[in-house]
Amino acid sequence: MSRDPRHLEGGRLEERLPDKKPRYDAAEARFEAYRCIYCSDAPCVQACPTGIDIPTFIHKLSTGNVRGAARTIFEENLLGRSCARVCPVEVLCAGSCVVGEWGREPIAIGRLQRFATEAALELDPALLAPRRLPKTGKRIALIGAGPASLACAGQLALDGHEAVILEMRDIPGGLNTYGIAPYKMQAEDALREVEFIESLGSIEIRTGVQVVAQAQAQADAPRGTQLSAASLLADFDAIFIGIGLGPDSALGIPGEEGEGVMGATALIERIKRDPSFSLEGVRAAAIIGGGNTAIDAARELALLGVPEVVMIYRRGSERMSGYVHEMAKARQEGVRLIEARQPVEVLREQGKLVGLRLAETVDGEPQPGATQTLRCDLVATAIGQARLTELAAAFEGVELDARGRVRIEESSCRTGHPLVYAGGDCVNGGKEVVNAAQHGKLAARAITRTFSEGAG
Amino acid sequence: MADLKVDFCGIESPNPFWLASAPPTNTGAQVERAFAAGWGGAVWKTLGNPIVNVSSRFGGLDYGSQRMMGLNNIELITDRPLEVNLREMAQVKRRYPKHVLVASLMVDTKAEWQEIIKKVEDVGCDALELNFGCPHGMCERGMGSAVGAEPKVLRELTSWVMECANVPVIVKLTPNVGDITEPASAAMEAGTSAISLINTVKSIMGVDLDRMVPLPRVGDASSNGGYCGPAVKPIALHLLGQVARLPNVVPISGIGGIATWRDAAEFMALGSTTVQVCTAVMHYGYRIVEDMIEGLSDFLDDRGMSSAMELVGRAVPNYRNWGDLDMNHHVVAEIDPERCIGCQLCFVSCMDGSHQCIHLPGMSEEEKRRRGHVVFPAEVPDRAALGEGAIAGARVPWVHAEECVGCNLCQLVCPVEGCISMRERRKGEARLSWNERIASGDDLVPGGLDATRAARAGRSEGGGE
Repeated sequence: MSRDPRHLEGGRLEERLPDKKPRYDAAEARFEAYRCIYCSDAPCVQACPTGIDIPTFIHKLSTGNVRGAARTIFEENLLGRSCARVCPVEVLCAGSCVVGEWGREPIAIGRLQRFATEAALELDPALLAPRRLPKTGKRIALIGAGPASLACAGQLALDGHEAVILEMRDIPGGLNTYGIAPYKMQAEDALREVEFIESLGSIEIRTGVQVVAQAQAQADAPRGTQLSAASLLADFDAIFIGIGLGPDSALGIPGEEGEGVMGATALIERIKRDPSFSLEGVRAAAIIGGGNTAIDAARELALLGVPEVVMIYRRGSERMSGYVHEMAKARQEGVRLIEARQPVEVLREQGKLVGLRLAETVDGEPQPGATQTLRCDLVATAIGQARLTELAAAFEGVELDARGRVRIEESSCRTGHPLVYAGGDCVNGGKEVVNAAQHGKLAARAITRTFSEGAG
Repeated sequence: MADLKVDFCGIESPNPFWLASAPPTNTGAQVERAFAAGWGGAVWKTLGNPIVNVSSRFGGLDYGSQRMMGLNNIELITDRPLEVNLREMAQVKRRYPKHVLVASLMVDTKAEWQEIIKKVEDVGCDALELNFGCPHGMCERGMGSAVGAEPKVLRELTSWVMECANVPVIVKLTPNVGDITEPASAAMEAGTSAISLINTVKSIMGVDLDRMVPLPRVGDASSNGGYCGPAVKPIALHLLGQVARLPNVVPISGIGGIATWRDAAEFMALGSTTVQVCTAVMHYGYRIVEDMIEGLSDFLDDRGMSSAMELVGRAVPNYRNWGDLDMNHHVVAEIDPERCIGCQLCFVSCMDGSHQCIHLPGMSEEEKRRRGHVVFPAEVPDRAALGEGAIAGARVPWVHAEECVGCNLCQLVCPVEGCISMRERRKGEARLSWNERIASGDDLVPGGLDATRAARAGRSEGGGE
């Protein structure tokens, strides 16, 4: 069945969650911008993975130069729109704000960036058109339509190249579309950003296309839905791999198979995309894990009205990889954290999920002996995601590290194959959108550099 | 994209943004960094016979949380040897041949003027700026603003310069005069190619109340300095407007509190071809020019102007004398309940600072009288303040339109953008100015002095009515 990849059906659970940080209006933005002291060599710039010149864009907002502010942002980060909303600014730019260090409320950099990018594109949707260079005739294939590939494709398009994005799923945007906590950004907004990227130049997004090591001649598969690594190398001048991570890892304990147990990213995707998904009748939910995905899933369930939401983490809270500020908000919203416990069995009655058996842990390892039972009727696992390594390895010379991450040269994002670049979660094992955006930008700049040297 | 190049009395500048003669143009290394950042021109720190400076030299005026709304200085002209400055100027001009380099000059005798002009022309300066404006220190020695405040002296010195100069000459005026058109006219009579204004305003920045010494302090005393920065912009705009509407005016380089592209656009609209910036660079660095270039370019695009030259002087015809303003133009304030947050700043400012025509709902006539109302409308609508962040239960103040004089004060104090708007409600269809009323004999306003009325009646009789 073919469907419009830009269309989302109504009635999805995420639509019930209000925006926690709504957009500033012009007066609010100016008021906040005036608070910025316009540091030189500012720590906020150092803290931004994409190195946006934050004091300059805020200064431009204070002069009413909204479009200039947006240009400054997009200069370093074409995904500045979504990053404004999904970046953990508390531990990045705003976390290092001089005004904040000074004992005052740090400048609301994320909210100012949201105002600048959204307001500027409303004023002038073709804001970056003057930056676009003449056509070069070079073609680049990008595997995966998530943030890394989008950032890369946008930059390539501005540099005059042709970008073809190959996306396995039916919808573009990657985790920006189906993985962001709805109170930060909804799928609709992620798709608007995809459209903005597409507007930058020659970019084609093909959904429902799988890139594989060796294309199998499948009689039942429609033509063109599978492309081999070798064919890409033959047809394109460069390749960018931005395939992200695979499915949620399983717990590997008895009773796990069956209804009621799902991966946390799968759960979030259903909240964001699936109008048939309902939480009706769910009285208690258990989220296994201590990372940001676990916290996001827990907060979403709590905000959607699940009466009891419990996070189960196998170590002490001080060891959690999830952000402290996010966990604090989760607690305010009613999420309970159980530390130093690990599920050892999923309990079912006539197949129906009724709870978890938890063992005590010491330093993350379950101990033999007494266990306790936690009643619940929904379990989500957030203990990591599989690596989609097979595909990356299908390109000769592309190497993986011991943890299954694609190895790159940091400044260019080039892999061991001279024409193959990679970035985002498949390289860093799962970080923020802004880290993927930086990889995409660096790869695009390196690709353009290589082309001009080659022409040289 | 609009063309930002400007033609300033025959000199082409890549954009209208120049650095004023001041600390940011003290050395060649500074000017080169400024040009690299995007500045189109620079007026070098004033050359003359080198002087000795005192410490300290600058004083700042803060407003609320904003630092340095105003700045003053008692620094004199360059304290570096002339040959060092000249060598660096030559190098800047070699490295940046398309950027505009102006030599600011201040010397005393005719022989000195002739000598220094020859020297700066030899290193390739594009223009000369005669510093007749500096209001501290040098004026005590008969230079700077001492010249600018004496039109006759100014005319003579400018004539000396015009005799020997081969590049365009800009006379820089001091605002410390009663009527700016006098020195401006004197400079034009002497044949100057252009005028720049304003230099700094005579000022004392404050008083150290522990030591009883004015600021900035030099040991046990201080002297008056020159005031600049955003605070002086309205003064500069006025003097600019005065000069810009002189007949056959020469090109003008505007100076005084320019910090943003918007400031620059305003100066250009009021007659400046180029603008000169100092304080904002001293505060934030050369980097601010990026915003100025981008903001002005976008603004010109928005207004459909293809060149910055099209903006120059656009607002000059609309700077008029008070007597020529349309008295039938009338506006009244209107408060939007959807935006009002219930702070009541409009109410208090209207009660104490204007015409007592804003009312709060639910007040008895007695209470109104106590609060200071003198007119009592039959009904004051009771509306809830619905703006985001409104105080719980807050009511929207109401403007009694019949009493509102349209002064703007409530709109100026309102913290919410777009909450108070001034709606046009003309008093009459035709345009009618005070001067037109005088011409038609309708200039008497009831309630004045008996002597005035008698004198006027006498005039009418004498006029043979």
